[in-house]
Amino acid sequence: MAADERLRRTMMFVPGNNPGLIKDAGIFGVDSIMFDLEDAVNMNEKDSARYLVYEALQTFDYGNAELVVRINGLDTPFYENDIKAMVKAGIDVIRLPKTENADMIHELENLVEAAEKEFGREVGSTHLMAAIESAMGVVNAYEIASASDRMIGIALSAEDYTTDMKTHRYPDGQELLYARNAILHAARAAKIAAFDTVFTNLDDEEGFIRETKLIHQLGFDGKSLINPRQIAPVNKIYAPTQKEILNAQNVMAAIEEAKRKGSGVIAMNGQMVDRPVVLRAERVMMLAKANNLIDAEGNYIGE
Amino acid sequence: MENKVNREIPDQILNDYKYEGFKTTDFGNPEIQRVAPKVTAQVGPSKVVESVKKVVSETLKDGMTISFHHHFREGDFVFNMVMREIIDAGYKDLTLAPSSLTNVMNDIVVEAIQKGVVTNITSSGMRGSLGDAVSHGALKNPVIFRSHGGRARAIEEGKVKIDVAFLGVPNADEMGNANGMNGDAAFGSLGYALIDAQYANKVVLLTDSLMPYPNTPASIKQTQVDYVVKVDKVGDPDKIGSGATRFTKDPKELQIAQMVNDVIVHSPYFKQGFSFQTGSGGAALAVTRFLRKAMIENQIKASFALGGITKPTVDLLNEGLVSRIMDVQDFDKGAASSMKNDANQQEIDASWYADPANKGAMVDKLDVAILSALEIDTKFNVNVMSGSDGVIRGAIGGHQDAATAKLTIISAPLVRGRIATIVPDVTTVITPGDSIDVVVTELGIAINPKRKDLIDSLSKVPGLPIFTIEELQQKAEKLVGKAEPLQFTDRVVALAEYRDGSLIDVIKQVKD
Repeated sequence: MAADERLRRTMMFVPGNNPGLIKDAGIFGVDSIMFDLEDAVNMNEKDSARYLVYEALQTFDYGNAELVVRINGLDTPFYENDIKAMVKAGIDVIRLPKTENADMIHELENLVEAAEKEFGREVGSTHLMAAIESAMGVVNAYEIASASDRMIGIALSAEDYTTDMKTHRYPDGQELLYARNAILHAARAAKIAAFDTVFTNLDDEEGFIRETKLIHQLGFDGKSLINPRQIAPVNKIYAPTQKEILNAQNVMAAIEEAKRKGSGVIAMNGQMVDRPVVLRAERVMMLAKANNLIDAEGNYIGE
Repeated sequence: MENKVNREIPDQILNDYKYEGFKTTDFGNPEIQRVAPKVTAQVGPSKVVESVKKVVSETLKDGMTISFHHHFREGDFVFNMVMREIIDAGYKDLTLAPSSLTNVMNDIVVEAIQKGVVTNITSSGMRGSLGDAVSHGALKNPVIFRSHGGRARAIEEGKVKIDVAFLGVPNADEMGNANGMNGDAAFGSLGYALIDAQYANKVVLLTDSLMPYPNTPASIKQTQVDYVVKVDKVGDPDKIGSGATRFTKDPKELQIAQMVNDVIVHSPYFKQGFSFQTGSGGAALAVTRFLRKAMIENQIKASFALGGITKPTVDLLNEGLVSRIMDVQDFDKGAASSMKNDANQQEIDASWYADPANKGAMVDKLDVAILSALEIDTKFNVNVMSGSDGVIRGAIGGHQDAATAKLTIISAPLVRGRIATIVPDVTTVITPGDSIDVVVTELGIAINPKRKDLIDSLSKVPGLPIFTIEELQQKAEKLVGKAEPLQFTDRVVALAEYRDGSLIDVIKQVKD
């Protein structure tokens, strides 16, 4: 699976027809930037938006952010051109909307591979992710998540999903309970990332924080965002505690110690440290650095 | 000659207008002889005259210097009222010396220039159609731009001799006791107008609200006033100041404000009793909010806030986070009404605020100043005067004056649309790089290499991206490309004074 251990706490939607936002998308420290060619773009702007995002990808320095594009669905006339242009542009990840089954991923993969060959890009270097927006998609979540080695994540898209489920969104999120858990399990079983849906009411900061705390507790990698203002609160919720950091530093020290001794067994406080503990420690240190909680020497400098 | 900020100043300009080129930001301790106005004594029971026309004909002669203040900003009725009478009476060769010129004054000034009524202008700045006309060579003689402190100095030294000051006030009694705080068109501090009232040979007050004698508190005193004219309306209250100040939601402005706050809080100046000046733009207002939080968290209180005042600063005063507000002008209704009601918000004149030729001005005690910019160059020089097309569209305001603060921060986006803000050379140098310490953009900050102490203290701040100014300039150029050089003729249309009266730059006529 292609799920490298990078941080994907925040994936920000950037409308593909908005030059101002496209230009500035890299300055806010978001983990993933998702250029949207689909719902944010009017029918009569589909081509110009595709050109705009293509040119932006050639022009702007987006730093370390992972670059994602949401293409138009395979039932649209824009689907194939979107794939070609974005593969040619060197996009990191193509996000397929309204994914219902593994065959849709297979079809996408074939077109991506053809485009990679056509434009001289390394075959397999374009990653994929799927947005799940229906009951069918949720039921098929695992087959979607494991449909290709290119898959790096699946995301819940709650607006269409709740409509399909004959309900709507509520403040407490009970209506998403099954979908969130199903998608999370599918992602974890396929060893790829899981992204939660957007929170659209920008004025309800309390509700946004409540929902982010919930999905953090469940185990999501991160959340889809609609505004740069939502980045800081997510990062704060995903920040490790001082205790977690100190513990992770001890684990890292034990790894160093084992390496120094040439020992294959990592031991801490007389106990063997197994693989999941190491992985968790590495992730905690990544989060600590991303949140500026440790200085260059590794000292804790949080509040 | 080339002055100390590497600007070529034509020798003819230096000779004709008796200037020296800019040398240093250090004013030193010269001895200065100030001037005093002519006083026409009177003992009559009332100074009220019935019309602007009458007072203009009694006071004004061709070739005189007249002044106005800009405290009514875009709601000003007085300027147009008086200039109409002057133009219609056919006066010639006047020098216009207002504290600044707002957009609402543009059309009539352009008309006055075209008819030869006004042949000289000195101001803090100008914009719109007037800036455009001047940049295209409409005025016979170059405009002289001065900072608020520089204007006070020039008036006190007699470089600017105001013959008649036409000062609109929202209230006055029949003898000329007046303030800016009461009445329909109240705007708060009369800061800039107080210098005119003190130094003009003839002072004419125009008011729509005659108060019973004696009218107190009196910012302008009857001892200074020659005439009081009752008019219908001095201004439009809705356009004088903005209403409730809205907290910016622009994520880029918020990001800049957050970084400005980080710079302040991690500087050596963020300590008990510090002082600060912020501007009135979106990012500056956001800084005030962030600063409030940091002051509460660190239990730090400021001794004073200075300059043009907004409601968020007044909120700090009300919360006890700031002990005094030293108020030269009020940008919104909240700030204006607070000046009336809170004794800890002190009205100050432009000299007290910012004049270097003084026995001490408030800016000399200022720790932190947050200022804006149209352009900043890799020498940290700042332009707040000419636009990306070379046309005059700004004002010095208190920029040069407040930049003498111990920590001067310029907050500006790296690019505006397709225009770079950080450039190899600014179009016009207004504030010299020597007085700028930190530039904050949405991408990160640049610290003046002369401030090794700040480089040390700010380098330790986690998550604060620090670049050299050259790196920021390169990033801007990479985003928007290299601009073609602007085309100017050899004709000088404006002179930019530094606050000490030396010439920091000249502005030339744009080539079309």
